[in-house]
Amino acid sequence: MDATDGAEGTAALDRFLRTDPADVGCGEAMAVLHVYAELVDRDPALAEAQYAGVATHLAACGPCADDLAGLLAALRD
Amino acid sequence: MASSEPAGTTPGPRLLDADSAQWIEELTAQGAAREAGLARLHDLLTRAAHREVRRRAPRLGIAGPELEDIAHQAASDAMLAVLAKLDGFRGESRFTTWAYAFVMFEVSAKVGRHFWRHPTVAMDAEDWERLPDRFGLDPAHAVEWGDLVAGVRRAVDEALTPHQRRIFVALVLNHAPLDSVAVELDSNRNAIYKALFDARRKIRAFLVANALMADDTRGADGRHRRR
Repeated sequence: MDATDGAEGTAALDRFLRTDPADVGCGEAMAVLHVYAELVDRDPALAEAQYAGVATHLAACGPCADDLAGLLAALRD
Repeated sequence: MASSEPAGTTPGPRLLDADSAQWIEELTAQGAAREAGLARLHDLLTRAAHREVRRRAPRLGIAGPELEDIAHQAASDAMLAVLAKLDGFRGESRFTTWAYAFVMFEVSAKVGRHFWRHPTVAMDAEDWERLPDRFGLDPAHAVEWGDLVAGVRRAVDEALTPHQRRIFVALVLNHAPLDSVAVELDSNRNAIYKALFDARRKIRAFLVANALMADDTRGADGRHRRR
């Protein structure tokens, strides 16, 4: 990560340390990723509303977000 | 972490779209029809795996035969997973979307395994000098963040379990990919994420308790707000 000033850096640390109890975790997100991906493809806002805990997880988990990105790329290919 | 039961995941028979129904018919047929279905599935998954490893390749630093090998392995294992779980496909998505998801998971797992063939860092190495850089903290501004970073290290020492500490060190200090840590610890992505999730929560609570971070999760009445 590129160096930044103290305030931005501590904000990045603060964001990393924040956890959201709504986060469903990888297991549950992976179990519905195929359903979520099709919904995101049709209506991203609806996907986020209908699967709020999954959306929360995907915002925090790089590997699951990468799997979703790959799945969406496959759907759109 | 919360558990959710989103609409559309309740068990029960579902109507399949025509294409998905054809996939299921072929893959549950006998003889030549099934063989043709298996060949078609293998082709679908192989193409998806190759596309996916090419998509990830620039970030992975893997190319050529190694990349092709990851794609082939991922496609083969995805095929086994799809066939093993075929009875569980309930048509909540198109069959191909469901099958592609297995490709993504297998590519992630294979990439995680590949990391340890050419590791850039030992999983348990503890170089705390790396921590500021992980969050882009400029040494020129160390006076602004020195206490906070020292607090994080104290929190790791005092608040985390040995397992949580190991996960934090591997993922944050050593920047090991999460799936590679899961492989190394003979665990899975969910368990490693959960350990890091708990570690993050504990570290933040420690920093708040030691007045190193503001507790903005409390409302005006002093009670914790649900985030």
